[in-house]
Amino acid sequence: MSSFFLPAATLWQRELIRFWRQKSRLLGVIASPLVIWLLIGYGSNTLKRFYAGALVLTVMFSAIFSTISIIEDRREGFLLSMLVSPAPRTSMVLGKILGAATLAWIQGLIFLAFAPLAGVSIAFGELLAVAGAIFLISFTLTGLGFVIAWKMESTAGFHAIMNLLLLPMWMVSGALFPLSEAQGWIKALMWANPLTYSISLLSSTLRFPNVTPGPVESLVVTLAFGLALLLVCGMMAAQKSTRSAA
Amino acid sequence: MIDVQNLTHRYGDRVALNRISFQVKPGEVFGLLGPNGGGKSTLFRILSTMMAPTEGRALLAGHDVMREPAQVRRHVGVVFQTQSLDKALTVEENLRAQGHLHGLSGSVLRERMARAMEQLGLADRRKDLVETLSGGLRRRVEIAKALLHKPQVLLMDEASTGLDPAARRDLSRHVETLRADDGVTILLTTHVLEEAERCDRLILLHQGNIVAQGTPGELRSSIGGDVVVLEAGDTASLAGGIEQRFGLKSKVMEGQVRVEIQNGHRFITEVVEAFPGAIESVGLHKPTLEDVFVRETGASIE
Repeated sequence: MSSFFLPAATLWQRELIRFWRQKSRLLGVIASPLVIWLLIGYGSNTLKRFYAGALVLTVMFSAIFSTISIIEDRREGFLLSMLVSPAPRTSMVLGKILGAATLAWIQGLIFLAFAPLAGVSIAFGELLAVAGAIFLISFTLTGLGFVIAWKMESTAGFHAIMNLLLLPMWMVSGALFPLSEAQGWIKALMWANPLTYSISLLSSTLRFPNVTPGPVESLVVTLAFGLALLLVCGMMAAQKSTRSAA
Repeated sequence: MIDVQNLTHRYGDRVALNRISFQVKPGEVFGLLGPNGGGKSTLFRILSTMMAPTEGRALLAGHDVMREPAQVRRHVGVVFQTQSLDKALTVEENLRAQGHLHGLSGSVLRERMARAMEQLGLADRRKDLVETLSGGLRRRVEIAKALLHKPQVLLMDEASTGLDPAARRDLSRHVETLRADDGVTILLTTHVLEEAERCDRLILLHQGNIVAQGTPGELRSSIGGDVVVLEAGDTASLAGGIEQRFGLKSKVMEGQVRVEIQNGHRFITEVVEAFPGAIESVGLHKPTLEDVFVRETGASIE
């Protein structure tokens, strides 16, 4: 048992130590969603409506930031020595994802401190549900980042995917405009977008009115998406390589 | 300790390793010498279980790298050419994390860490962040890290790359200590002759083939006598002239004509007189591993 959990725990801890020593990362991750939120929110007088989307964007940036390091780390870095250690690949994947998800979660929680600015008030008793939702979203987005990063040869490729896939995914997730106001095929796209359920899950726990999809649906889809990603990550990492890149 | 049989690896159509076989005995320091692109790195990746070979097999400490990679990893320590430390962590934190990856913890891990840091002269730097360390010190941390689980075999890929000569000598001294203290079998890849000279046995790799093997002494003495290096403007006609006049085969490369010959000093006077004005500079040396490589491949190592 310890040979599974010890490697996972040490990788998780490593992510936290690294983060603590590079606090400037925090600024980069929180500042841009904050600016985007304030500009769009104030400009169109929709600070509240746009709040959940901005928080998810913060979490997404953090998850991307953490998983993008896998690419470099594998060619030149700590990941190399993990790959030649007897620790199960699945435990490494779990440690890395949990570590990165924890960081994304912490940054999501920091963003939560701006809730009063949006006119969102959270009762103490509701905090647990909100924090839980943010963690779940952090976990799925980190898993998504991991799946993309693992096969990447260069960080440039990741940036392309981020601009072509992740940001558009976020845009049609209900972050910018609600599902109920969407038109035509975009609406169908939003129903199919797993991120839509992340936004609605967070919105539900924040007690926003008229959230679609509903809370149960949102929770089930987000949970299923997260577990599916974890499975894919585990399978990818366990594969044997025959290529020159490690 | 290491048994490699008919190992072949292809990247698409390109053959990186061509039916390589060799054995390494326990406690040996074994070198893979060759130029970059010669197949060393491919062989290293296969032995360190990072990549599966196309054909053939390799056993380390009695375990097959293909079929039992987990067992191999338990008995093998790997030092990479590129850095595998976390620069944002201290020396101690890096070692602890590595120990955890090998399932070590508590007092056992503390003792192993203390010993590894002692052996590599890192004890006073344990609290330092890796990013503040010099290249030579970082290499030593890499080695300390690779030793925590008491491997029977240590694989080192171009471990001295980027180090100045002093740090390089220092590293060799530490490696020698490891072998003497713990009887670790060491396999290292290098393109540095000085490093290759310190190995017990070597194979010379070129374009995926073993072109020569033996102890450094055996390899050098496979060249009889001395090596005479003549620099000339028109190397081809000089080489032709030497063959006609002295009946000697020579190798032409990079503006040089190389001749292997007994009593090279006598040959020098004769050849200079025989081709007045054709020779720009003359050199004579005892055979080196580079000369062996040049003879076998017509190419230079570095």
